[in-house]
Amino acid sequence: MQRNPYLPLPMKLVKNFTETEDKLIHTFTFQFMSEEDEKSFPYMPGQFAEICVFGKGEAPFGIASSPTEPGFLKFSVAKVGVVSNALHLMEEGTMVGVRGPLGNYYPVEQMKGKDIVIIGGGFAFTTLRSLINYMLMPDHRGDYGKITVIYGARNPGLLLYKDERDEWSRRSDIDLICTIDRPADGWTGKVGFIPAVTKEVAPSANNSVAIICGPPVMIKFTQPELEACGFKPDQMIMSLENRMKCGIGMCGRCNVGNKYVCKDGPVFTRAELNQLPNEY
Amino acid sequence: MIIAKNALPGLLDKLIAEYEVYAPVKEGTYSLYKQICKGTEAYFGFLNSKIPPKGILFPQSEKLFSYSGAQMEECIDSKKKVVFGLRPCDAQSLLLLDSVFKNDKYEDPYYMNRRANTLLVGMACCYPAPTCFCTSMGGGPFDSKGLDVMLTDIGDEYLVEAVSEKGRELMAKMALSAAGDGQKAAAAKVRDAAVVTCEVKTDGLKNKLDANFYDSIWESFHEKCLGCGSCTYSCPTCHCFDIVDEARDCNGCRVRNWDSCMFPLFTLHGSGHNPRTTGKERMRQRVMHKFKYFVDNFNATACVGCGRCIKNCPVNLDIREILADIQGSEARSDK
Repeated sequence: MQRNPYLPLPMKLVKNFTETEDKLIHTFTFQFMSEEDEKSFPYMPGQFAEICVFGKGEAPFGIASSPTEPGFLKFSVAKVGVVSNALHLMEEGTMVGVRGPLGNYYPVEQMKGKDIVIIGGGFAFTTLRSLINYMLMPDHRGDYGKITVIYGARNPGLLLYKDERDEWSRRSDIDLICTIDRPADGWTGKVGFIPAVTKEVAPSANNSVAIICGPPVMIKFTQPELEACGFKPDQMIMSLENRMKCGIGMCGRCNVGNKYVCKDGPVFTRAELNQLPNEY
Repeated sequence: MIIAKNALPGLLDKLIAEYEVYAPVKEGTYSLYKQICKGTEAYFGFLNSKIPPKGILFPQSEKLFSYSGAQMEECIDSKKKVVFGLRPCDAQSLLLLDSVFKNDKYEDPYYMNRRANTLLVGMACCYPAPTCFCTSMGGGPFDSKGLDVMLTDIGDEYLVEAVSEKGRELMAKMALSAAGDGQKAAAAKVRDAAVVTCEVKTDGLKNKLDANFYDSIWESFHEKCLGCGSCTYSCPTCHCFDIVDEARDCNGCRVRNWDSCMFPLFTLHGSGHNPRTTGKERMRQRVMHKFKYFVDNFNATACVGCGRCIKNCPVNLDIREILADIQGSEARSDK
């Protein structure tokens, strides 16, 4: 019989970093305790894991690190419930449990040879960070065409991963466009909502794939802009979130129609979602 | 083979020496499957138990592992068990649960271990209840699928038939006498007399459900539903569960408990968003899951027609009427 899918892997919190100005999102770096443990956790960008705080419970979060960054896992977590609150208060050096990797991942194989448009809003940028770092890896960069990233948040202090964004801005092989909702002092990037910025950037749909992650309202208004650029439903990829417990397609709560977001998703194309009821 | 009714407690005692034995036990006005310590505790004068025996394999509340900090210890139950006096509908439900707890990617070790170590001794239904509709759901009062051994009540004796190889081995240990032609004929007579009168039309049901997600028919089914979850707790195929920690400081255990799609918290996001806000969405989910999603995924209906949800509903909601209404409706597929 395979490994018990309910048992988490013990990992050590090595960094508890306050990611946003409002302090509501922290990025956690967990270290594998052995090479064997790390080998038992082969993951891809877009997958998620259940983080377990011993004594509190577990909750699912998208993996923000990329498999090309060995030795640790990163998660950016908003302070919302019991587990995330406990995580935010956790001292570095504490042991946690991590269960996964769970779910499917961005179709990095099918995306090869194509131009990639990544659109992220708010703190739904975590698995997109994983995907970008995966594609920017020297071994992989040649597999993909032009990479365009449109990333927005309410204000500059809420954009995640500042150091990495600075690094991406300096690179010539990735086009990063950051936007904020309202003008702010010292901000030199774009101002405006993601749909408007998407319209302005007008990415070409020719031999392209768009990956969109963000709040429902952002997705709702961005999709028509992409369609106007010629993107077809099978060229638009999204990642769903639903309340989850088991993460392995058994506890019955995260289904959308006949698919479980945890096992069959979280990554779906718009074409796949069009086949499912609008209940998410 | 044949066993006299007055010899049954003795036979159960023999099984108890070797297995954990679960059998129907009378509790006030109803019966339940419980672990028995003595053969005489078992009670077979029942139509069906109030709560299905699925909890023997998938307990209402079970410890998955205990922990002290990051030191974890699994709680896998591998004890040998016999469920004695199982109804055919409940045996069929376990075949359906098998496909849930072992999917294309994962296997649930808790359920699968118990399942592998459990023998199922069925008891044919001589008197189907008015709420029974198993024959519409691919089963029947004498259907032996999923069982290891099947018993038929023929008056003062039970006709005992092996269904599986494991059942044959179990029977070999029991030292039963062979059944005579008269006894076999008596069993056939009982079988012919046991008629499930209620019929639910399932032809075309899936086609209707494929198309009616946005139909106005869903507006009314839930109106009298209290959202108590009795239907799901008493359903032998419902498998939804919650996972919680019971702990003090960093020491405790992870526990899973039955949950229900009829509860609003079931799908509530941390953000406050809820994909199934009202009773309408939750009722639709329950019906869709059983009669469409499960069929899509496993090619079987997640209902065995045991009728417990009908009997246990405090406001008399009847799944048979809901299905009949759906069958009688013109499905609209527009959003």
